[in-house]
Amino acid sequence: MNYQVNEKGYYGNFGGAYIPEMLVPNVEELRENYLKIIYSDSFQKEFNDLLRDYVGRPSPLYLATRLSEHYQTNVYLKREDLNHTGAHKINNTIGQVLLAKRLGKTRIIAETGAGQHGVATATVCALMGLECIVYMGEVDIQRQAPNVARMKLLGAKVVPATCGSKTLKDATNEAIRDWINNPVNTHYIIGSVVGPHPYPDMVARFQSVISEEIKMQLTEKIKRDHPDYVIACVGGGSNAAGAFYHFLDNEKVKLIAVEAAGKGVYSGHSAATMVLGKPGIIHGSKTMLMQTDDGQITEPYSISAGLDYPGVGPIHANLFETGRAAFVNATDEEALKAVFLLCKLEGIIPALESAHALAHLEKLKAKKNEIVVVNLSGRGDKDLATYIEKMQ
Amino acid sequence: MITMENRIERVFREKKNNILSVYFTAGFPELNSTNVVIDELRKAGADMIEIGIPFSDPLADGPVIQHSSEVALKNGMSLKLLFEQLKKQSTFIPPAGQAGNQQPAILLMGYLNPILQFGVENFCKEAKECGIDGVIIPDLPLQEYLHEYKPIFDKYGILNIFLITPQTSDERIRLIDSHSKGFIYMVSSSSTTGIKAGINTTQEGYFRRIKKLKLKTPLMIGFGISDRNSFAKACEFANGAIIGSGFIKALEKGTDLKTGISNFIKSIK
Repeated sequence: MNYQVNEKGYYGNFGGAYIPEMLVPNVEELRENYLKIIYSDSFQKEFNDLLRDYVGRPSPLYLATRLSEHYQTNVYLKREDLNHTGAHKINNTIGQVLLAKRLGKTRIIAETGAGQHGVATATVCALMGLECIVYMGEVDIQRQAPNVARMKLLGAKVVPATCGSKTLKDATNEAIRDWINNPVNTHYIIGSVVGPHPYPDMVARFQSVISEEIKMQLTEKIKRDHPDYVIACVGGGSNAAGAFYHFLDNEKVKLIAVEAAGKGVYSGHSAATMVLGKPGIIHGSKTMLMQTDDGQITEPYSISAGLDYPGVGPIHANLFETGRAAFVNATDEEALKAVFLLCKLEGIIPALESAHALAHLEKLKAKKNEIVVVNLSGRGDKDLATYIEKMQ
Repeated sequence: MITMENRIERVFREKKNNILSVYFTAGFPELNSTNVVIDELRKAGADMIEIGIPFSDPLADGPVIQHSSEVALKNGMSLKLLFEQLKKQSTFIPPAGQAGNQQPAILLMGYLNPILQFGVENFCKEAKECGIDGVIIPDLPLQEYLHEYKPIFDKYGILNIFLITPQTSDERIRLIDSHSKGFIYMVSSSSTTGIKAGINTTQEGYFRRIKKLKLKTPLMIGFGISDRNSFAKACEFANGAIIGSGFIKALEKGTDLKTGISNFIKSIK
């Protein structure tokens, strides 16, 4: 089975480029050039140098001994939370900004939910001296104030998305509209493995450094190049795509994607797309999508602003359909429990998003000799207000 | 089934210039205003009517049409209900012997997802029964259309209208022309709907470039056309023009829908 994108931009039945004609020249320009540019020597050198010296890669693969003891197995945490800007998002923004420069673009736009991708985009734009505009739902601007301040400090303009539900999906709509209105000088840095082809593939390749390192680090530590399980949270799915990437063809590795169940999968306040969605079109690709019978996109809910996306990357829709990855979910409450447990046992404050992946350890029941890697995609500084409120 | 000439093709056969097409969102301003608006547009002399299928996430639209879609959805509009409304439209029952004569061409314009959920074949079948002549689906690109959907649309005689923009290459325009029937929707500027008003010299340059290509398919200019001046200007370069956001704004203002529509069309033509 091949889990990579095919030459037409599809992962099995999912993907493609369902875009208005206004975006065709931009998306075609990317499609024709992205592989050529990414795999050129000069790009690879600049990209890898920045990942090492600016981001701080490789991120550690840490054997969480007390957590392992608690669950009676071997839990390794892939510490993407230690990256510059506090999450895996910067792996992708560095890659895309270098690509944008080579395409001669001078203006960068991005969407953001929790603000992590917005911060990572604002950061690389400051680094490269490029104009940066970040679209963010009005509701998210309220609940992620520290990240809004960070983006502004880094010189980005934060534009509120005031339509629809005023969250991530609406911010993405606004960014796409901006791109339609500025087709020549602008590159749109999408933050996840979503959007029209080639975005899902491009973002997955930039994030694949995560699993590349896991492979090397496990070999170094335990003399085997793969774990028994890789667990990652999924909103759009970029950290999961990166953590799964180099294990996709090794069927010995069980891949587990954890979606946000919010207040309960069937509570009406959930973001468990694989359970609640059906195939549909969102932001230019065919994928699993939460929608009404009439085909209107519905509003997901999660305590975590980075996971409440009504769609999912087409690579994941295919992993779901083929059964290559197991899609499970964790509620707000389970995620919060996982936050407090990691704080207590390991002295690490995880992001709410990553806590959904950690929460699955409760249900996994891995054997004593098995190796579990959890992708700790981000740190919890941005969620402190929520944690303080829930502490009692 | 009575085979009759597709009314879009008839419009362009009978009229070479100053063709007016008007867009409005189904279920806006009121749930049941769909048929009233169609009727008034027909009486006022619109050559084509584009009925917008409201969608929660209209990517190619600016604030005015976004708002009208939001209102229409809140009013309870759906594709299923739209077809039910259209079936009640008196203008869609052609008088015996003069099938469809003097009736404006009717198109549906909407995003792909609601159509996919309705089922593409089912959609075409219902559309045909309601007397729909063509569709404009902005997020259904040419390749996907040819690959998957063309045979279904052809079977029901529904024309699929493609867009071109100032950034579309000549090569691609020729490709689109070769697959087009009815007309090509020429987007006047690189923008979402209702953003840029009027027509400037850069756009005129683009219109001239397209005119020189001598395409086989008629051209209609849309986006940024909102009044007599911009309509007349657009008609210098194409067979006609399309008004959307400008008309929606007029619908919002008008206390009396019927007078409002008739006055608006008089102000254009």
